[in-house]
Amino acid sequence: MRDPSKYFKKSYHILKYLFLKLRSAFMDLLPILSVVTFFQLVILRQPFPHFEEIIFGSIMVLLGLMLFIEGLEMGLFPIGGNMAFALTKKGSVFWILIFSFALGFSTTIAEPALIAISKEAARVSAEAGLIENAEGSRDSYALGLRLCVAFSVGIAILIGVLRILKGWPLYYILIGGYILVVIMTMIAPKEIIGIAYDTGGVATSTITVPLVTALGVGLASSIKGRNPLTDGFGLIAIAVMVPMIFVMAYGLFIY
Amino acid sequence: MANWPLDFLKLFLVTLRDVAPVVLLFAFFQFFVLKQVVPNLKKVIFGVVLVIIGLALFLMGLEKALFPLGNIMAIQLSEASFISKGYHDPSSWLAYYWVYIFAGMIGFSTTIAEPSLIAVAIKANQASGGTISIWGLRIVVAIGVAIALVLGTIRIVTGTPLYLYIIFGYIIVMVQTLFSPKKIIALAYDSGGVTTSTVTVPLVAALGIGLSSTVPGRNPAIDGFGLIAFASLFPIMTVLAYAQILELKNTLKKPSKNEI
Repeated sequence: MRDPSKYFKKSYHILKYLFLKLRSAFMDLLPILSVVTFFQLVILRQPFPHFEEIIFGSIMVLLGLMLFIEGLEMGLFPIGGNMAFALTKKGSVFWILIFSFALGFSTTIAEPALIAISKEAARVSAEAGLIENAEGSRDSYALGLRLCVAFSVGIAILIGVLRILKGWPLYYILIGGYILVVIMTMIAPKEIIGIAYDTGGVATSTITVPLVTALGVGLASSIKGRNPLTDGFGLIAIAVMVPMIFVMAYGLFIY
Repeated sequence: MANWPLDFLKLFLVTLRDVAPVVLLFAFFQFFVLKQVVPNLKKVIFGVVLVIIGLALFLMGLEKALFPLGNIMAIQLSEASFISKGYHDPSSWLAYYWVYIFAGMIGFSTTIAEPSLIAVAIKANQASGGTISIWGLRIVVAIGVAIALVLGTIRIVTGTPLYLYIIFGYIIVMVQTLFSPKKIIALAYDSGGVTTSTVTVPLVAALGIGLSSTVPGRNPAIDGFGLIAFASLFPIMTVLAYAQILELKNTLKKPSKNEI
């Protein structure tokens, strides 16, 4: 502490950095806060219930978003990008595809939203008399559905990565896939359709999206002749589509 | 207020459990397949810890403050007593106009705060070399979700069948896909997928179920769903349309050059 001005300068810079990050997180939340305030005070003309809980909760959301975005650039993006770079440097298509499948499967199998949907689906199907209404058969149905979705997300990431490696245009896969979705919707049992469309969204959790995006963009950047924008994106789009097809197929098979 | 630390700990552990399989997979590949250590390992681990703490705080704040408030507001706005004082004919679908405005605004604002969309927008900005701006993409996607929710709530009130909207929507998206700049297609479809993440889904589901239980003749089990399917379809349209408008502008400005 021989030179206090240096110390102050350093802490000034840290504070300024924190302030900027906090301000940018605040800008992200400003729309939602203004909409809620406007409707509560002007349209519904009511005071806020549990006012201090709301203020405290908003501060948590603000800090959480700030930390998340900071960690994104420090942790999740480099992890995905480095893995893509190291895998292409190793040059083994086999390991790249194994990794892609494992990534899709492992992020989906434990997803809380998927567990909730499968349980609900088992209950609905048992009530409709499609499967036996006993605990054992409901549980095995729910587990089967979870495995089916996790497997299909694994396949989806595998197809998506293969597409980046080969340079196939994405819209062939998407248009072909959605035609399959429409055909399956026409022949699959009615009870499974809503569930199938819902499972499409479960692969896009907040942790998975940054990792998968960084992986795709990383792969497209480290392979010659691929464009990071045109070829690097699209993994999420395929991961939303494929589970719908597989779950409807599962419905056809099980009933 | 008293059990906030306990709730945070619970959410932190849940988030940790969600992240664990991914971390194990990456660690396995780094050590056994690639046989190398991640560069800047300490910084990366610190980043992952920040992500987990950040997400746990974010989710807790939402669950404690914004979700309950959003639910109450959705129910109040669709209550018969509120609807009938605002419009001369309370049985008309137009009487619910505040519900549509609320749906659109809440769709827009929650999408702006969606962490996975922020992640995709940052990556799109980097991958495009700065051509795609982070806020530009987020606003275009948010407009898509806003349109989706306005149409979705109108559908619930009028009781028109969901599949008509979905089939018609997908036809528009397919036609757009054929005619839009090829560079943007992958990003547009990805943006559709990320809108159905942490912030938007719980609020939107509450709005759909609340509305279909107050509108006479609607069944929440059948009519309450569909808003989320809408919310992932319409952003694809708006992002493709945005790219088409930009391309059109460019060709009008410089007829001799083919940009984008």
